[in-house]
Amino acid sequence: MNTISETRTKSLLYLEDVSVSFDGFKAINSLSLVVEPGELRAIIGPNGAGKTTMMDIITGKTRPDTGKVIFEDTIDLTKKDEADIAQLGIGRKFQKPTVFESHTVWDNLELALNRSRGVFATLFYTLTAEDKARIEEILVTIRMTHRKNEYAANLSHGQKQWLEIGMLLAQEPKLLLVDEPVAGMTDAETAETAVLLREIAKTRSVVVVEHDMGFIRDLGVKVTCLAEGSVLAEGSIDFVSNDPKVIENYLGR
Amino acid sequence: MITGFILRALEGKIVVAVGILLAVAILVPALNLLTAPDSALHIPTYVMALMGKYLCYALLALALDLVWGYCGILSLGHGAFFALGGYAMGMYLMRQIGSRGVYGNPDLPDFMVFLNWKELPWFWYGFDMFPFAMAMVLIVPGLLAFVFGWFAFRSRVNGVYLSIITQAMTYALMLAFFRNDMGFGGNNGLTDFKDILGFQVQAGGTRAVLFAMSAIMLALCLIVASAITCSKFGKVLVGVRDAESRVRFLGFRVENIKLFTFVVSAMFAGIAGALFVPQVGIINPGEFAPANSIEVVVWTAVGGRGTLIGPIIGAILVNAGKSYFTGAFPEFWLFALGGLFIAVTLFLPKGIVGTIQHGWNARKALKAAAAAEKGRDAGAAPTAQQAQAAE
Repeated sequence: MNTISETRTKSLLYLEDVSVSFDGFKAINSLSLVVEPGELRAIIGPNGAGKTTMMDIITGKTRPDTGKVIFEDTIDLTKKDEADIAQLGIGRKFQKPTVFESHTVWDNLELALNRSRGVFATLFYTLTAEDKARIEEILVTIRMTHRKNEYAANLSHGQKQWLEIGMLLAQEPKLLLVDEPVAGMTDAETAETAVLLREIAKTRSVVVVEHDMGFIRDLGVKVTCLAEGSVLAEGSIDFVSNDPKVIENYLGR
Repeated sequence: MITGFILRALEGKIVVAVGILLAVAILVPALNLLTAPDSALHIPTYVMALMGKYLCYALLALALDLVWGYCGILSLGHGAFFALGGYAMGMYLMRQIGSRGVYGNPDLPDFMVFLNWKELPWFWYGFDMFPFAMAMVLIVPGLLAFVFGWFAFRSRVNGVYLSIITQAMTYALMLAFFRNDMGFGGNNGLTDFKDILGFQVQAGGTRAVLFAMSAIMLALCLIVASAITCSKFGKVLVGVRDAESRVRFLGFRVENIKLFTFVVSAMFAGIAGALFVPQVGIINPGEFAPANSIEVVVWTAVGGRGTLIGPIIGAILVNAGKSYFTGAFPEFWLFALGGLFIAVTLFLPKGIVGTIQHGWNARKALKAAAAAEKGRDAGAAPTAQQAQAAE
């Protein structure tokens, strides 16, 4: 058994005993979770299990009532706001694809690019050859080079999801939180998204929240099942889906 | 860096608009001063004064467009910044009166003598100097916007709530400026101006220069606004308008972005107010009236928000309409204004310029699609032949 201190030395994200309640309802109930560098992790759980609230806590949108949220062993995320946390290297994809619809695909990526984000730095920013190359590279990764001048509003649902993932890549995060990336996607798009996420996870940690069991099987990674705000089971997909508690709480329904 | 910033601003439409404004700045005063009053080309002084007023309103509408059209902050209190700029100019003009006032006091404006004040309040110091007063035209509205925005944007006050507190801000200022002991002339405001920089305010030449300055300042502010909106910062602004949380989670400090834009916009409004006051000859607390700020929103919406040119056209058109209506059918003006706002919201939600632009882009897209279609047909033909050959 690892002691906590041993786990902490190599963790990218470390949640210990985190709780938060809204008007008396415990959305997260002494949740503990460790994500290691370079790990691809799937999180499943029934509606209301606290998956999105957990992401809100990690990204600074919601402050936990109690508990520790530590990034890279040293940084206490509970003291930071969204912009700080994003700059530290945590990117977040929302459940509903959120891109800048009145900008082109290219501009969306340019805005997301990990450059100085101050008022005056952006006022006087000019696109360098290096930034251009990086955007082209991301366009290839998310397979959208041919649509780079298209307004994001004209993209299909699946393409918006990819564009958003591309924007997160442009942010160069160390940890990517992805909330239901394949909701509303066709089967072909779902399979391609699995490939894309595995590719991304080669160079950074990714946490995926998903309902689609087939998709998680495709990913073939360690799974954490949440229920009622805490961890119910953790392990391979076969291990977790055979756990009687998981079947009772989630799969059996 | 700076040149790149400015050069980026000079895209087609802006160049045309700036060119027109500069031509107006030269032609209108020339036609007013150099032609005989009975000439067909003559522009009477009252018409020039009216046009100068419209240009100031156009600058105010441009200021609102920057925060509303690009950043999504619907300010219902922009009239306050306009009025503060106007008061700063008015204070300079009051100090220029000197001993020519009714009471002949060399330091105190008439209304202070009337109130039995013995010495100039501290906040009137320095306003006898033109450069100081002009700095205040920018600083006072800018500072108010900064303090107001600092609290509002930091506490993430958004949407309707923000609109309501901006409205409350201008209303509170109106009530304050109505009080005599505020030291700004109470409900009479500041008036009876004599000279500006040693020239008589009412003289034809001075009026012509003030008119030209209004057109030039509008052109300058248009270039600055265009430089801001064409930069990466401008793209972030539109991002804040359309998907604020996405901008936040990309690591931008949304509150700073809004604050900067709000302050720049307030300064534009202040400049507009400062140019307005010597041309109309009075500034009083009525300029803070909430209804004025709402009218600015109507001009901007009519012209097309988020287009920069639109609000300028909207402000000029609606005010020209107002001048006509209030002369011809005075009792119907407010109905016409209300009707116009409803009609624009229902039938031209993008405003005049926005609708034209949209139509233009749609036509371009259609043409491009047609061209692509043709290209595909041409490309597809050989493959069909190849397929046949393969068979």
